[in-house]
Order: sequence, then structure tokens, then C-alpha cells
Amino acid sequence: MPILVIAEHDNAVLKPATRNAISAATQIGGDIDVLVAGSACAAVAEAAARIAGVTRVRLVDAAHYADHGAENLAALVVANAPGYSHVLAPATAAGKNFLPRVAALLDVAQISDIVAVVSTDTFVRPIYAGNALATVQSVDPVKVISVRGTAFEAAGEASPVSVEALAAGPDLGLSRLVGRELTQSARPELTAARVIVSGGRALGSSDNFHSVLEPLADALGAAVGASRAAVDAGYAPNDYQVGQTGKIVAPDLYVAVGISGAIQHLAGMKDSKVIVAINKDPEAPIFQVADYGLVGDLFDVAPALAAALR
Amino acid sequence: MKILVPVKRVVDYNVKVRVKSDGSGIDLANVKMSMNPFDEVAIEEAVRLKEAGIATEVVAVSAGLANSQETLRTALALGADRAILIETDVELQPLAVAKLLKAVCEKESPQLVIPGKQAIDDDSNQTGQMLAALLGWPQATFASKLVVNADKTAAAVTREIDGGLETIEIALPAVMTTDLRLNEPRYATLPNIMKAKKKPLETTTPAALGVDVAPRLKTLKVAEPARRSGGVKVADVAELVEKLKNEAKVI
Ligand SMILES: Cc1cc2nc3c(=O)[nH]c(=O)nc-3n(C[C@H](O)[C@H](O)[C@H](O)COP(=O)(O)OP(=O)(O)OC[C@H]3O[C@@H](n4cnc5c(N)ncnc54)[C@H](O)[C@@H]3O)c2cc1C
Ligand SMILES: Nc1ncnc2c1ncn2[C@@H]1O[C@H](COP(=O)(O)O)[C@@H](O)[C@H]1O
Repeated sequence: MPILVIAEHDNAVLKPATRNAISAATQIGGDIDVLVAGSACAAVAEAAARIAGVTRVRLVDAAHYADHGAENLAALVVANAPGYSHVLAPATAAGKNFLPRVAALLDVAQISDIVAVVSTDTFVRPIYAGNALATVQSVDPVKVISVRGTAFEAAGEASPVSVEALAAGPDLGLSRLVGRELTQSARPELTAARVIVSGGRALGSSDNFHSVLEPLADALGAAVGASRAAVDAGYAPNDYQVGQTGKIVAPDLYVAVGISGAIQHLAGMKDSKVIVAINKDPEAPIFQVADYGLVGDLFDVAPALAAALR
Repeated sequence: MKILVPVKRVVDYNVKVRVKSDGSGIDLANVKMSMNPFDEVAIEEAVRLKEAGIATEVVAVSAGLANSQETLRTALALGADRAILIETDVELQPLAVAKLLKAVCEKESPQLVIPGKQAIDDDSNQTGQMLAALLGWPQATFASKLVVNADKTAAAVTREIDGGLETIEIALPAVMTTDLRLNEPRYATLPNIMKAKKKPLETTTPAALGVDVAPRLKTLKVAEPARRSGGVKVADVAELVEKLKNEAKVI
């Protein structure tokens, strides 16, 4: 039976995490349909139709899918689920929001955040902040799965397949978007960045967070991330948080500046290719996962590093 | 309005867990257990709503082994009015918990249910959304701010999303899951811990609630993740740059 992948997008642009979910679907095997639900989102459907591995794109275009409210989206997915063996979505904030609703309405388990496909019914997922990997087998008729993007390559481009329009479901009217406050940044998106510079509590203030980390990030062409402590203290926006309960990242280079390395933080970045830690405490746990550790005061080291890289 | 707060007993967030050598699971012998941190945030939010005169009663619910009573007593010490234990030794998965909570909601008719966004043991991030689906209620996940409107028929919830924040308005009754920025939970004081011992704690079972809790996912094995091989300390910025360029080749 075919697999259904739910595309993530903002009605204009397809989010890259969709490509990682499609890769996971390719590993499961079989035809892959992509569902694009939104409003005035034909461009997204066209982009999805050009992703390697996709058999067909199904497009639902209606005003009440514009904001991707979980209630309407889940109901639509469930209405179109018959005939599919697997329903996949990226394990992003959006995927985590609506997908468990789909699973519950289908009366099946959800397999969250998979990092490997063992067979059509068996998957690997991290538990306990990534301190253990569980191999789980589903006994349900439909497998509802969220996919950790960092564990699967992004699917590439191919010649376009067909886009077929589907009927919209009803507007359940259970919730309404009031507004969004999106962090404005010219930097690469955290989960897609090749290099990340992340700051911790040691930065001490929002001003320092910017004045110390940005020149370093500029010199490296990096995205900026943060520990929970830095976010809680208001030094950085919430969507910068890397970790068990924030974003999972795996860049080529991760530079941790004034971050102690709590297990919850490590859970979000320990699959990075190369880790650099700058911390004044030689015993800080971050050094246990760092390929290169530099013991020193970040207020000296970070500017010196930025200067050396320019 | 009545608020229901599901609380889960989990391994304390400070514990670095160990995988059992036979690969059957996590070694929980003599490990410190606590209330799931997101559920502490949920209790705090509910109690603040009661203190503000918006909520009338806060009911804490936990499903699991008999020792989840301890977690419920903590919830009572933090300000919940009464507690319900759904006792079972079956390993509960999110769908089963959601069904149990649905059964409790049908009896208790809360206006708001506040689970945590994620249990830090299974890291599922499912239960609240599943409960909302089963009840046909709206949901507001990953909440960092809640404002209940004057006639308590709706609420505005600010949610932490990828890229920033979003505010939605949901009709009540609804399910709202907590994120870390919603509030800073208080500590239980000794007098409140003493008082909590006298607050009502009712026990029921999945069978009494008419819910089948059989697991849908079979855990075949639990393994330790690959460890990173130990790195080196560099003496200064010059050496770091040299290594990144010539050894790691990432810049
Ligand atoms: C339920 C739950 C979920 C969580 N989720 C996450 C998560 O997703 N992500 C996350 O990051 N955390 C998370 N945490 C928090 C985590 O446990 C830690 O509290 C947090 O990661 C610590 O942040 P930090 O390293 O910035 O601060 P600290 O632990 O305070 O470390 C600061 C470090 O800076 C060093 N330092 C101080 N001054 C200087 C200086 N001048 N120069 C150089 N170094 C200096 C210190 O030596 C120290 O190592 C979570 C916690 C809980 C309970
Ligand atoms: N056994 C349980 N008893 C009570 N509440 C639970 C239980 N399991 C999960 N929950 C609630 O659901 C939330 C999310 O858990 P999960 O979906 O497992 O990540 C938790 O923060 C709790 O509020």
C-alpha cells in the first residue's frame, strides 16, 4: 500500500523538513503520495511534485487550511487516510502539533521522532533525551510516524509528477489564529544550517548575546542557537532553543559558547559532525562530547576567534 | 471552571539513565523519580488560575503504578484540590493514557485539561493532542501564555512554534499543553506537604473506566546510542582555527 507524507509549508514555500520525511518514506518502500493542504498553495504542490521518490501530489486548497490549525488538518488527513499503510510528517513543531490527533482519530499509536527504518513495521526512536534508542514494532494497521529530520538525507529533485486536487473537508471552527510573531533573521534556519554558534547562560544579557555571538556567527556564516537557560533568561528568542525539548540539529560544525552541556542540551546537538566548546570550566560536561575544547573566558575567546576567522 | 491536570511519574531530569545490559529497557532500580517537569508547569498554571479566581477546582490525575500516588501527593502539595489515580501495572502508551483521560473527562467535565507537552522519559509529545482528538475538543500545544476570557467560554493561547510565537483563540472546553516558558513552578512548602496528606485521593482502574490499555507498540530492544569518541583540548584560538581548517576541514 502507498505511503502518505504530509507536506509542511507556509502556503508559499515548501519546508525542507518535508524532504527528510520523504526520504524516510522511500526507505520504508512503496509509492509515496504527498498531501499539500493550505490556502493558495499551488506553488508548494508544484515544488513537492519535483521531489525525488514522490509518486503523486494531492492538493487541498481552502481558506480554513491557511494557518494549518491542528483540528482541521488532522480531520482532513484522516478523511484521506484509507488506502495508505503509513502516514508520515516531519517531527517539527507543526508536525508534532497535528499528527498525534491523526493517530488518535485512526485509533492507532504514533511512532514519534524516528531516526531509522528497520522494516515496514519496525523503527528506531530515541527516548530519555537520546540516552537510549528504542527499536519498536507497531501492531497497528496504519503506521503514523513523525520523522526526525537530522536522521534522514533531504530527498533531491526529479522530473515532476502529477498534482491532483482533492476536496476540502469542513471547517470545524474549533480554533482561530489571532497572530504570529516570527523571529526575523537573515541567517540560515537552525535545523538546515551547516554551521551553528550557540550561546548559553554565560552570555549574561541579551546585549552580550548579540554583540558577542553575532560577529562569530557572521564570520562562520552560521545560524545562532541557544541553551534553554539563555532562552528562559530572555537573551534569545524561544525558537533558538536547541535540545531535548527544543530543536534537534546536526550541523557540520556546532560551536557551544558558555554552555555547560546538560543532558537536555546534548540531546539536541550531539549528532553534529564536529563540536567545539568554549567554556571557562575545564570540568564542564560539554567537553565530553566536544571534538575541540577551549578552556577560557568566552568574552576573550569568542571575539578573538571571530577576528581570526575573518 | 474545573481544570484537570494529568501528571506523570518519570525518572528525575537530573538522572543520566542507564540501559539494561540485556537490552530490554532502562534500569530503573534505585533511580530518583519525580513529577514530569512539564506537568509541574501545568499544575502551577492551574493553581494560578484558581488563585486568580478563574478556576474553581484543580484535579490532578495520574495513570500507572501504585507509587504514582507520590506524584499526586506532590501535585496536591503544589495546590491541586484532589487527585485521581488510575492504577495499573501495564506499560501505558500515549494512546492508552489519552483514552483513560477521556473517560475521566467524561465523568468530571473539566473546562480545561492541561497536560505537559512531553514526558521526558518516552519523549512522545502525543498525549494531549490525542486526548483533544478523542474528545473532539480544540487544542493549544506548547503554550507559553494563557488568557481565559471573561465569560470562560474561550481562551487565547500563545504557542511556541518553529520560527517564533503564534497566538490562537480556542473555544472551551479544550486541551492546552505546557511549554517551559509558561510560568516558573513554585516549590512545595512543608506545611503544604503536610496538608496534602489530608486531601482526597481516589483510586480507579482502566477496567473500571472501561478502557483497553494494551500496548500497540512492542519494544523489541533498547540500546545505548553510539558514543562520541573523546576529543582534545586546544591551547588557544590559533590552534583551534588550525584544527578546524586542516584536521576537521569544516571551515
Ligand atoms: C524538562 C526540561 C527540559 C529541558 N530542555 C532543554 C533543552 O531543550 N535545551 C537546553 O539547552 N536545556 C534544556 N533544559 C535545561 C538544562 O537542564 C540546563 O539547565 C541548561 O541546558 C543549562 O543551560 P546553560 O548551559 O546555558 O547554563 P549553565 O548550566 O548555567 O552553564 C553555563 C556555563 O557557562 C560557563 N561559563 C560561565 N561564564 C563563562 C565565561 N565568562 N566564559 C566561558 N564560559 C563561562 C560555565 O562554566 C557553565 O558551564 C531542560 C531542562 C528541563 C528540566
Ligand atoms: N501515565 C500518565 N499519567 C498521567 N498523565 C500522563 C501520563 N502519561 C502522559 N501523561 C501526560 O501527557 C503529557 C505528555 O506525555 P507524552 O505524550 O508521553 O510525551 C505528560 O506531560 C502528562 O501531562
